[in-house]
Amino acid sequence: MKKHYSLFIVLIGLISGLVTGLLGIGGGTVLVPAMTSILNEKEHVAHGTSLAVILPTALISTVIYSFNRYVNIGLAIQIAISGMIGGYMGAKLMNRLPSAILRKLFAVFLIIAGLKMVI
Amino acid sequence: MMPIYMIGIITGIISGMAMGGGTFLIVALVFFTNISQHVAQGVSLASFLPTAVVAIIVHFRQGNIKVKLALLLIAGSLCGAIVGAILATKLETALLRKIFGFYLIGTGGFLLWQSRKTPLGSFERRMKNEEGRKK
Repeated sequence: MKKHYSLFIVLIGLISGLVTGLLGIGGGTVLVPAMTSILNEKEHVAHGTSLAVILPTALISTVIYSFNRYVNIGLAIQIAISGMIGGYMGAKLMNRLPSAILRKLFAVFLIIAGLKMVI
Repeated sequence: MMPIYMIGIITGIISGMAMGGGTFLIVALVFFTNISQHVAQGVSLASFLPTAVVAIIVHFRQGNIKVKLALLLIAGSLCGAIVGAILATKLETALLRKIFGFYLIGTGGFLLWQSRKTPLGSFERRMKNEEGRKK
């Protein structure tokens, strides 16, 4: 791997980490497209590798948030447990639902929610 | 008020479909409960951790994690996260919410643009990739 290429990868990490820390979102929305379209990685590699990156990133962000009392552990546990059930359902449903249409609907939902937050 | 476990299940379904459940979680917590933007973000981060551990083990066993690539990305993302998280805790709720809103509009727009380029769902796409690799 060339040196400037490695630096470029670190830069992609920096941007995704910034998003994770600032907005509390796993940087998957930054990392996965960056890896598939810029670094030419396969989608399953991009998903797996992005998770491995987001875990330590989210962990350090959680620690900083909790220093400022912005983490409600009880609520997080409730979300994590119900989220796992949902995650299992989602993975199963992916084979049966028209995920392309759902993806578009979700995109429209994000835009509307974003507009509501901005205005 | 929307029940918390319902928000959690929908978040999980969206994550399971690889569409980024964290965005939905924060939006739902802010709009449908009385939780502040900052706490919603903190809860999103913390609730991601246990699920991520399980998912990483599965992906690692399937050989989907490129270790060197991950380490380089982590080197950058840890620095970014420290700056981002400290910045978030210093920002006022209203401003943080606005920045979050702009990010949502950007992500939504990107998802729409991306779905035009690849009209197939992720499942169909993966099946195609699988076929391509066998050839």
